[in-house]
Amino acid sequence: MFPIVETKLLATAVKQFKIYAPEIAKKRRPGQFVVLRINEEGERIPLTIADADPEAGTITIIFQEVGKSTEHLGKLKTGEAIADLIGPLGVPTHIEKFGTVVCIGGGIGIAPVYPIAKAMREAGNTVISIIGARTKNLLILEEEMAKVSHALKVSTDDGSYGYHGFVSDVLQNMLDEGMHMDLVVAIGPVPMMRVVCNVTRNHKIKTVVSLNPIMVDATGMCGACRVTVGGRTRFVCVDGPEFDGHEVNFAELVKRQRAYLDQEKLALEIYHRQGGTCSGR
Amino acid sequence: MTDETPKKKKAQIPRQKMPEQDPKVRAKNFDEVPFGYTPELALLEASRCLQCKKPSCIEGCPVSIDIPGFISLILKEDFLGAARKIKEMNSLPAVCGRVCPQEDQCEKMCVLDKKGEPVAIGRLERFAADFERRQGEFIMPPMERSTGKKVAVVGSGPAGLTLAGDLIKKGHQVTIFEALHKAGGVLVYGIPEFRLPKAIVQAEVDYLQKLGVEIRTNMVIGKIYTVDELLSNGYDAVFLGTGAGLPTFMNIPGENLNGVYSANEYLTRSNLMKAYLFPKYDTPIARGKKVAVLGGGNVAMDAARTALRLGAEDVYIVYRRSKKELPARIEEVHHAEDEGIKFHFLTLPVEILGNEDGWVCGMRCQRMELGEPDESGRRRPIPIPGSEFDLEVDMVIVAIGTGANPLIPSTTPDLKTNKWGYIIAHPETGATSKKGVYAGGDIVTGSATVILAMGAGRKAAQAIHKYLIS
Repeated sequence: MFPIVETKLLATAVKQFKIYAPEIAKKRRPGQFVVLRINEEGERIPLTIADADPEAGTITIIFQEVGKSTEHLGKLKTGEAIADLIGPLGVPTHIEKFGTVVCIGGGIGIAPVYPIAKAMREAGNTVISIIGARTKNLLILEEEMAKVSHALKVSTDDGSYGYHGFVSDVLQNMLDEGMHMDLVVAIGPVPMMRVVCNVTRNHKIKTVVSLNPIMVDATGMCGACRVTVGGRTRFVCVDGPEFDGHEVNFAELVKRQRAYLDQEKLALEIYHRQGGTCSGR
Repeated sequence: MTDETPKKKKAQIPRQKMPEQDPKVRAKNFDEVPFGYTPELALLEASRCLQCKKPSCIEGCPVSIDIPGFISLILKEDFLGAARKIKEMNSLPAVCGRVCPQEDQCEKMCVLDKKGEPVAIGRLERFAADFERRQGEFIMPPMERSTGKKVAVVGSGPAGLTLAGDLIKKGHQVTIFEALHKAGGVLVYGIPEFRLPKAIVQAEVDYLQKLGVEIRTNMVIGKIYTVDELLSNGYDAVFLGTGAGLPTFMNIPGENLNGVYSANEYLTRSNLMKAYLFPKYDTPIARGKKVAVLGGGNVAMDAARTALRLGAEDVYIVYRRSKKELPARIEEVHHAEDEGIKFHFLTLPVEILGNEDGWVCGMRCQRMELGEPDESGRRRPIPIPGSEFDLEVDMVIVAIGTGANPLIPSTTPDLKTNKWGYIIAHPETGATSKKGVYAGGDIVTGSATVILAMGAGRKAAQAIHKYLIS
């Protein structure tokens, strides 16, 4: 059992939990994720490790309440425990001194971008960050991202805060102004990563994305998370989660993410009808 | 009927049939298909055993159970004694009585097999094991004094569980590291509830914990700790029983469409995550109406029979050779046939077809004919040109085999593997190229059986014990 030591509301339906998991906290490197299972009936879901404190023995996860599992997770309080937590999983981000690294986070994708931006900065890179959300009260980690970036630009789709537009528009503006970039890291909803990759492809800038397919075991034994990269099938859980964005078949990924829409909708309906409890508990 | 019954009378008793759920009923539930022998059936079957002076059945058993010994205890109605006799050599009799291919092992060697009616050794093993389990009585077996040595067991499948049980009794401290959230390995994620109830696996795991074995789930060795870190963190020896858990795909177009599953994923969702109970359990699973299962082994049968129970109207086993070459247990093929699963033999899928939403809507296949035998000794399938046809399906399960999961070898530099990625280990001791590290089961042999993994666990336990006390 893994106790929750702190909970925080970051934005509408976006929460941050600190969980006591000392072995994972010690071993974890930026870019890696955990899989958690709330209780006996729960499903296994992957979440990026947004931060870790090896001395305190805690890891930080940030999640958006989009379905039954994340809504149920969001109801847990400090002191309550998660049944199973597995990690650290995935290949850590490849960190080296590239030069100028542009870190782009869209929506909940800002959470996995944060540890990468931090590590890139610590490795001596110039970190320029762009973070965006649909609207002001969905924007997370602005302060934290500002701390680890040499420059930070913020955008909202509806213009309620910062630049009125998408993160990809901000990126395009930077490129139009002649900014030099050695590497772009882009994490967010698939349409966002796709558009960013289209922008950088024209400029031949290496772009790393972090993919979020459905996963079950997350240790390479089932293939649920398979995605086509450069024409080859890769398993995101063990070969990723980061890949060269210009090689990823995003269209296929989007379809695969929708494989259980009907069941997800049903599970959420039942959950709400039961008053937000699991099987009546 | 007793041991004193004359041979002639014994020979007239037919092999007792196993009472089973009716195929039409069981195709809609996940309950165990065989009910198990009643004590009356068990006594009758046990009386058929000739108690040969030179029992050839024992030679057929990978762990050398004293078969005539436990059968004669059943005859004396000492069912608990029979279970204990089996447990001297086999720590998971309730599992093996259900999943061992006895027809290729002990029963094949039985002298009565010549008449096509060997003693139903497997059913008797199951009977004794179930009787003991239902009694619920826990008796601490004799344990040696603590040696102060620690052993790390990676993987809680049959190899690791067997080895852990053997070593804990020898006085060593044993910790099992299991990557999943439940222990049992393939027993819990691979074999369906209707063939091996999970409560039975849990009972075996609980028994080991009562003996003092520490089981740490959610621990992915290779990620949280490497094998080298285990050795430098106080473990004197490491056993690798990580299995052959890498799914094999056909690499044909359309394999990444929605509705295409590796058998590992499909069975893990259903067996481990209990997706057959969705929405009570949160993990979903696609419920195809027309399902093609590619492959011909036990895993293919398990996947097909699961799909049927999840509401499929038509389930097809698609196999590139003929019925004769099917690697699955004949018993499981019969169970599948009786339940209404259809077989497309001499058929090879060449493409999976999808609709605009990215879902499976069909499968293009080619007819095959059998030519000369290949390296496996089985006749090689040869495509018949111009024989392509489309099978209407909305789900495909790929059950063509599994390979070695590379996680441990890739994080243990001096661990030698063969060209297929399996760990090279001594066949009698399980010793690998790395000092203090042993391996056994599917990660060494490629996917095989529960009993062979257990035998490897036993041999490695003996070798590790020698290594630790020297």
